[in-house]
Amino acid sequence: MATAPLVNRRDFLKKTAAGGTALVVGFHLSPRAFADQAKDQEEKTPNPFDAWVRITPDDRVTLVLGKSEMGQGVWTALPMILAEELSVDWKQVHVEQAPTNPKIYDLGTGGSGSVAGSWLPLRQAGAAAREMLIAAAAKRWEVGTDTCKAKNGFVVHGHPERSYRFGELVVDASKLPVPNLNKVPLKNADDFTIVGRDTHRLDTAAKSSGKAQFGIDSRVPGMLYAVIARCPVFEGKVASFDASKAKAVTGVRDVFEIKTSGRGASTTGGVAVLADNSWAAIEGRKALEVKWDEGTAANESSEELRKQFLANASKPGGVLRNEGDADAMLRAASKKWEAIYELPFAAHVCMEPMNATVHIRPDSAEAWVPSQGPQWAQAVIAEAAKLPPEKVTVHTTLMGGGFGRRYQADFVMEAAQVAKISGKPVMVLWTREDDMQHDFYRPASYHRLEGALDGEGKLAAWKHFQTSTSIAAKWSQKGADDPGLGEFGTGATIPYATPNVRIEYTLAHSSAPRAWWRSVEHSSSGFVVESFVDELAHAAGQDPLEFRLKLIGDSRKIPQFGEGREDNHPLDTSRLKGVLRLAAEKAGWDKPLPKGQGRGIAGFYSFRSYVAAVAEVSASSSAFKVNRIVCAVDCGRAVNPNGVRAQVESAAIYALTATVKDSISVDRGRVVEANFNDYAMIRMNEAPPIEVYLVPSAEAPTGIGEPTVPVIAPAICNAIFRATGKRLRRLPIHNEDLA
Amino acid sequence: MAISFTLNGKSQSVDVSPDMPLLWVLRDTLQMTGTKFGCGMALCGACTVHINGVATRSCITPISSAAGKKVTTIEGLSADGSHPVQRAWIEEDVPQCGYCQSGQIMSAVALLTKKPNPTDADIDDAMSGNICRCGTYQRIRKAIHRAASEMAGKHSAA
Repeated sequence: MATAPLVNRRDFLKKTAAGGTALVVGFHLSPRAFADQAKDQEEKTPNPFDAWVRITPDDRVTLVLGKSEMGQGVWTALPMILAEELSVDWKQVHVEQAPTNPKIYDLGTGGSGSVAGSWLPLRQAGAAAREMLIAAAAKRWEVGTDTCKAKNGFVVHGHPERSYRFGELVVDASKLPVPNLNKVPLKNADDFTIVGRDTHRLDTAAKSSGKAQFGIDSRVPGMLYAVIARCPVFEGKVASFDASKAKAVTGVRDVFEIKTSGRGASTTGGVAVLADNSWAAIEGRKALEVKWDEGTAANESSEELRKQFLANASKPGGVLRNEGDADAMLRAASKKWEAIYELPFAAHVCMEPMNATVHIRPDSAEAWVPSQGPQWAQAVIAEAAKLPPEKVTVHTTLMGGGFGRRYQADFVMEAAQVAKISGKPVMVLWTREDDMQHDFYRPASYHRLEGALDGEGKLAAWKHFQTSTSIAAKWSQKGADDPGLGEFGTGATIPYATPNVRIEYTLAHSSAPRAWWRSVEHSSSGFVVESFVDELAHAAGQDPLEFRLKLIGDSRKIPQFGEGREDNHPLDTSRLKGVLRLAAEKAGWDKPLPKGQGRGIAGFYSFRSYVAAVAEVSASSSAFKVNRIVCAVDCGRAVNPNGVRAQVESAAIYALTATVKDSISVDRGRVVEANFNDYAMIRMNEAPPIEVYLVPSAEAPTGIGEPTVPVIAPAICNAIFRATGKRLRRLPIHNEDLA
Repeated sequence: MAISFTLNGKSQSVDVSPDMPLLWVLRDTLQMTGTKFGCGMALCGACTVHINGVATRSCITPISSAAGKKVTTIEGLSADGSHPVQRAWIEEDVPQCGYCQSGQIMSAVALLTKKPNPTDADIDDAMSGNICRCGTYQRIRKAIHRAASEMAGKHSAA
């Protein structure tokens, strides 16, 4: 999560106007929030059997999922938590997506926060339902509830054992008072039979048979398919258009302009082509003639942006953190080291391109949206339809990847505008080119790191200057006026002990839309911090692992810099050292490698979890190949270890792609790259094996969707240095860079 | 104009423009959405079907070139997910988001039909046209080897 107070996702959703209307989105209304409200508690707490647990008389158990499944495995992990406390047989469990009702469900999926944030509330909800079932059985047997026990879908009592199936009890149980969620007894972890075990995903059969329905698979009677011609230049507008040739294409039904606005929009709108099928819409758009008012962003380019970076770097930046006197220490140091690191814009690239299906009627609206933020989708449709949100039914579908992209509501805004004008159900679908060129990108950034060591080889000073296009500046005026800490994430909380730290930031301007890309600001901070500490290690003639362990120093808890909240989630140095050591051990860190091969290590704390990676490469002065990546992970208790390993494998490949493939570049105010020919993806023949080792933990679960990303690029670049003596500081890296 | 072909074993006839890509005929005309759209340029493999048993990217295949041929989609592999490749996918928990997996499975089935005991290099060659953004490659590889063993075991037991 971003640390800058205004622009982490939760605050953003509470405070930001999408398209100018004040929104209150119930981001925090989890079951726990209900438990916290002592007054009117019985009235306000939803009945678990209405909200989260449905049991039929024949014992079919359906658990209702408030989070969005984008591949990360919540469809399985969250029901495991609920089922554990509910005490059903896992084989009985089915899962259903929750309706978009922010009053009941903790909607909004991102920040690697679903399992972490749902752990306690879902346990409480499951336990409450279990206690109600026990109470119903006890009442029938006329015994004390303390003589009854729930297990595997039964309530049992006595010797010889009598039992009721949950299905026999549920009607009575659901009429009983709902217990206080704060006080309901939770299972002892030693008694877990579901949580903590490798569990097969529940959605695999559907995803292996073509039956799984993604957003783009929505099919509503009478539905039209639409694509939108958008100005390729950022913030450009439609000047005029001629629809005559487009309308002449077989299957095209309508052509009209739409407008979108507000910080949540990715463009100003465009011209929609509606047709009987997707292909006719795409062909119709090819025949459409549009004149664009490109606007001032047409002057922007990657070259121009880099000039800004260099100009910014030649002056001091805004000071975000200053302890001791790093500048003085660096001036006085007999030896100091300095390095410049650069990262480009990065695109999300979900395999399923953006899409939304919306039907707006006079009194109600319905939508099928692959969304990480369904309540935001609901709000933008409500605004377009001029209806209260309660009249807008948003069905959250499965999605072909999210990575933060589908948290946005820009594609929903467009679809709502099209639906409002058309009056028919309409799917707006994006082609791959649309998706690539109208993304919310990971910002481009430029970093200068300076460091000095003292006589004992410890860190005497650490100075980190960053200039970037910033996420905060895209989302609020305050973010533009006062950007900074959010762009560093935990990179501002360096685990390497030093009395002199200085962190500076200067905002660079870009009209490119920016937002949360897998691991957000940590994707750049991890690369920069873990590359520079590696450079210091080699400069000091020390082993990179031992150097890190020494600089991290004693076991202690370091509050995250800038958080300033009670639930600060401090960086526990012993856990960071733990994953570094584990990754090194499993990679055989001390075993010599043949000439031309090298190992690199990196460790990072983000989203409350600790990940270290060791990359093994073959590298020469003309080429490199990543042979193997070994990851060690401490994310607290792993609800589904199989799922945790899958997430680490996934994030490693995602980060590898950003490290060695292409960058998003800007020319004349537009994104140059368009499809997989110029923004390439890692494929089967280029995917190294990813080994994953989990640190066993009894801590509450913490995030795992994103925390592997920050360590992959530095581990690889550190390995290449070890193999060749060549330090690569600018991503993405290619064979030519080794010359 | 009516174009006829066999789809998953059944005769099919569609009245569409002959240059309409097979992908959209499947997804929109026939409402069979198991085959996916990923790039429209045969670069990602999400649209992979079999035409007369050969793995084909349906996004660039005009429906006219499927006329008179046997088309198999993911829906036609089995009635109940019981194809050995599908079962291997389930045992290994291959899919994450799952969007690419129809195409991955169709490519894998075509590979195993040609090479019942593929090497890792064979898998690289046959499967590198299928992008997985969730990074499930090593599980796909494992599942292909698993399916190959199972299918070989069945043949030798017969």
